Amino acid sequence: MRQRTMEIVVGAFVLAGCGALLFLALQVSGLTPQAAEPTYKVYANFNDVGGLSVRGQVSMAGVTIGRVTAITLDPKTYQARVEMEINKSAEIIPTDSSAIIRTAGLLGEKYVDVSVGADQEYMKDGDTFYGTQSALNIERLISNFASGK
Amino acid sequence: MMDRLATIGRGTFDILASLGRSSEFLLRSLVAVPRPATGLPLLVKQIYAVGVLSLAIIVVSGLFIGMVLGLQGYNILTDYGSEQAIGQMVALTLVRELGPVVTALLFAGRAGSALTAEIGLMKATEQLSSMEMMGVDPLRRVIAPRFWAGFITMPLLAMIFSVVGIWGGMLVGVDWLGVFEGSYWANMQASVDFGEDVLNGIIKSIAFGFVCTWIAVYQGYDSVPTSEGISSATTKTVVYSSLAVLGLDFILTAVMFGDI
Repeated sequence: MRQRTMEIVVGAFVLAGCGALLFLALQVSGLTPQAAEPTYKVYANFNDVGGLSVRGQVSMAGVTIGRVTAITLDPKTYQARVEMEINKSAEIIPTDSSAIIRTAGLLGEKYVDVSVGADQEYMKDGDTFYGTQSALNIERLISNFASGK
Repeated sequence: MMDRLATIGRGTFDILASLGRSSEFLLRSLVAVPRPATGLPLLVKQIYAVGVLSLAIIVVSGLFIGMVLGLQGYNILTDYGSEQAIGQMVALTLVRELGPVVTALLFAGRAGSALTAEIGLMKATEQLSSMEMMGVDPLRRVIAPRFWAGFITMPLLAMIFSVVGIWGGMLVGVDWLGVFEGSYWANMQASVDFGEDVLNGIIKSIAFGFVCTWIAVYQGYDSVPTSEGISSATTKTVVYSSLAVLGLDFILTAVMFGDI
């Protein structure tokens, strides 16, 4: 009987630990148990990516539709080339859309916002955004303002 | 002059010898896995002693540390008008650092010292040598279950610690100081990554469990079989475990989050 009580308590303890893991996964880190959605890749060239980082989110009208997978420097144009994986369900980006780097909140993370265009055709795998708008650099903004340019 | 050199040399030999003995001890107790029929009840008993009985101290300190983090974080963040980020601060601090480290320190004090004293007393009262005489391997019967119990319980305890701490932070931040509950969780989920933060925290706590139990069990097994010997072995367990945990934490953090 003593052994049995102990086994029950230990079982409850292990279950509590697994429950804690589940809580950390689902509630704290917001991991959703879904199969990885098929994605396609698009590119955008920015003059300045500012603080955009890999794994940053790509959103359209505020809804997350993908994430940044790589940021490289294009040696020819001296621009930053951002590679993004967009969910297949959001394969409805008109070809004349532009990619804008924005900041979430005042001091939040940088993310790529897709400003929707009016074209009838949609971007395909491997396409590059036609127009881009670089990250807003507060220091540059202030120095421009101060020097009156 | 020569005497001093000899003292340094002897000290070095002692350290090397005890390192060698403890590694050999570790290898032998890792290999000595008992048969499931006899081993499982022993393991369950040790998980009870090491893990379940440590739950109270883990839950209470987790709650208070989470509450303190909530209070301190609120005071600082409110200066910048971004007290919504309190959830993110509490969760990241707990999951990455405080959960594994404080759990390991408490574990060394609560369970590690008990392990050392128990094994040391077994050695002093010659229970270990009588086991050997009966043809029972003490490593297999006494050491291995304790070792595996520490190894298994530490990550569980660390995760429970983090969860209780996050709840404590919510208690202070949301219920008492009036941060909006939705932004508490949303900010947390936006910034905490499962693979990067939660899994790395668990890996940390597994490493700490390994080191703490190893030190505790070895100090008990290697103690001088007198009352002074056991008392100094218990002290050494707590001191060495704490130092090892803090040092190892820096190295692991540098490797995991420091891009080294």
